[in-house]
Amino acid sequence: MTEPIFHEWRNRSLDDAIYECRELFEDTTFPTVKRWRERGGKIIGHFQVNFPEEIVHAAGLLPFKVRGAPIDTVQSDSHFGSYLCSILKTSLELALSNTVPLEMFVTHPICDAARNLGAVWGRNVSYPCQILYLPQNPNSPHSVIYLRGEYDRLKRSIEEISGETITNDALRNSIAVFNENRLLMRELYDIKRDTPWLIPADEAYVLVALAGLIPREEHNELLHTLLPQIRARSARTQDKVRVVFEGGFCEQPPLDLIRAIARSCYVVDDDLLIGLRWLLEDVPLDGDPLTNLAEAYLEKSSYSPVQHDLRKPKEKMLLARMRNARADAAIITAAKMCEPGLEEQVAYTRALDEAGIPYFVGEFEESMTSFDSMEIQLETFVENILFS
Amino acid sequence: MTQTHDIVGRGNRDGAALFQKWFTELNHTSDVGGQAAYVFVMGSMAELLRVFDLPIVMPEINSLQTAVRRVAHEYLDQAEDYGYSPDICGYVKADVAVQLRHGEHPMGRIPQPSLAVLTNACNTYIKWAEIWERMYHIPIFTLDIPGTRACGKQTWPGESDFENDRKYVLAQVKELITVCEGLTGKKFDIDRLRETLQHANVMSRGWRRVLELNQSTPSVFNALTDGTIYLGVSNGFRGTSEGAKYFEDLVEEMEFKAAQGIGTMTDEKYRLLFVGVPCYPIFRRFNELFSEWGGTFVNSTYLWFAAGGVAQGYEYDLKRPLESFAEGVLIYVRNAMDSMFYQEQALAQMIDPFHVDGVVYHPIKSCRTVSTGLADGRRALMASRDIASLFIESDMMDRRVVSEAQLKNRADAFFEGLASRRLTAAH
Repeated sequence: MTEPIFHEWRNRSLDDAIYECRELFEDTTFPTVKRWRERGGKIIGHFQVNFPEEIVHAAGLLPFKVRGAPIDTVQSDSHFGSYLCSILKTSLELALSNTVPLEMFVTHPICDAARNLGAVWGRNVSYPCQILYLPQNPNSPHSVIYLRGEYDRLKRSIEEISGETITNDALRNSIAVFNENRLLMRELYDIKRDTPWLIPADEAYVLVALAGLIPREEHNELLHTLLPQIRARSARTQDKVRVVFEGGFCEQPPLDLIRAIARSCYVVDDDLLIGLRWLLEDVPLDGDPLTNLAEAYLEKSSYSPVQHDLRKPKEKMLLARMRNARADAAIITAAKMCEPGLEEQVAYTRALDEAGIPYFVGEFEESMTSFDSMEIQLETFVENILFS
Repeated sequence: MTQTHDIVGRGNRDGAALFQKWFTELNHTSDVGGQAAYVFVMGSMAELLRVFDLPIVMPEINSLQTAVRRVAHEYLDQAEDYGYSPDICGYVKADVAVQLRHGEHPMGRIPQPSLAVLTNACNTYIKWAEIWERMYHIPIFTLDIPGTRACGKQTWPGESDFENDRKYVLAQVKELITVCEGLTGKKFDIDRLRETLQHANVMSRGWRRVLELNQSTPSVFNALTDGTIYLGVSNGFRGTSEGAKYFEDLVEEMEFKAAQGIGTMTDEKYRLLFVGVPCYPIFRRFNELFSEWGGTFVNSTYLWFAAGGVAQGYEYDLKRPLESFAEGVLIYVRNAMDSMFYQEQALAQMIDPFHVDGVVYHPIKSCRTVSTGLADGRRALMASRDIASLFIESDMMDRRVVSEAQLKNRADAFFEGLASRRLTAAH
């Protein structure tokens, strides 16, 4: 498909372009995904956190990041009991309401709740649903070989949908596109870290999130165009605290919540949509592409509460993230009923206590609409740091 | 008459005695500061760990015992004061408190872990083990077992996707052996593994037969109450001669009861399936909500997944012990996961042979692995079979979310519905 599916931002001023990006992000009818389909494109939905989108891309299909949405759960509520996070319900709602028709849905055993999604979706939609078993023992020397095999299995099931063989050359081409995308996202995060007054957290977040809604080539073009303009902004530094935000690896906080945080803080690093930024370095283009993707997942990747790796104790990774971002404080959040996030809060806060780093603890839900109380608490927290 | 007296109820009596013995030994290990392996019920790897003479600690069982003994709230409070949210697994929190109390437990003192071995059958296992890693800086071994990718799409030996999984599990088993050798200073002995596998085979065969025998009318055991005792032995004594003898005896008891028409209750009126995890804070009372109406549980998904899937029937090939062990672990832990995620098919298949009148779903706050898909699974079962069902939520640990009055109201209404169904069918 050569015609872009997201064109509203083109030939606009930076602020207007970002406004259009936000409009797209907040549109729960997912218009770009609809346009892709109207043009005959097929779509593979993949649940949070990380997914080898390159394989879907190489087949000429659109990888769509299923990350819930702030919508009413009219149909999906009756499919779940209580005590569950919102993203499970809203994601299923998107399927049951046929808001985003898919050719296949893939989930991962990231947590006790999400690993049920393959079965739940499979009982309620007509397209194939499956679980991609990303290795939970990355410390096994055999895990690369295993994951290469698992990616090959996924590749074969995608080929069944596309009706065409995915060649190694196609995979290499896709890896190159995604390498470029990762580079651009790292540049965006460089701006957040080094000159956070140039881009508020909510704007940066929207720019990243669009990667899950449009083809990567378009996303690359968007970032190529906007990043220099962001760097050229004339905004001045303000009295804000440099913070790292943790807790956005799966269910996403409402955009207004991120905006509320940005009013008093510079979010200099975070784990928001970390799956889109999971690979930290370029994936090599030579050699076997699936092995390269598997190695990158295991050896050149970020961290999250839903991946266990003895080499990456989460609290130490958080402290490293804070050091690298020169953060003064941390905002430690978890989505309501998110067990991995809530469990990690204990380790995070204890490590921060030991390191003498101030932190703010909170919970969120994707559909929450009132942030006044949290914002006041956060402002008090920030003032305590600024004036201590 | 004497034979009846000796055999009937033996499984419960011997099970209780074995449990006491297990905890007495753990207490001793704690006293002498001996090594212990913390493991979980789905993929305990007990067959392998026993080769290294490592005592087995099952924190899930420790935790549920605090609830059965009605002190869980004290442990939960302590863990929540430490920082753990009310919204996370009660088993984890009770164990955190046990650790903070240096092993103090209603059944004795639990030794500290020297090693933790866990599978990915439940993601909370992984988060749980990370807590011990931080507390004790001990080796943590995650045995990653790929599960079924999609409903009805299990792969089997000889298929390329199965072989990819099997090689991964085998490689990890070998890595675990190296860890155990380093920890204990003992060389791996394949003949001892052969012995533990042989015992495990007897137990798996017995477990499968015992479950099957409850197709008898009247049912020979209650899957919710008696079954939990058998389950405890299946897990705590897996791979031992005591466990093997226990299950041989248990099969004998159940066959005897089936042949003699001796039921688990005197007036069995309704035969039920239980889906989920028991309500341990009011364990006995919960069962009474059903038994008072003449209802008994003839099978449960709990007896499948919480036994680690061994009822699937895989038996180790003792001629190739290591390879077969890895293959078996993959197949039956996968089966345990299937009985949580795709349980509606197995339930549908149980309805006729077990002469089931109704299905009781009991999702709980503490366990999302088991509970997340139950409402949807129930819808699917209702769509495929004309069977009455009850959906009641509470918890396996936390009495704050167990409303006995509400549970009773729902159970009473369920039985009234069952009676009405029966009446309608009779006309």
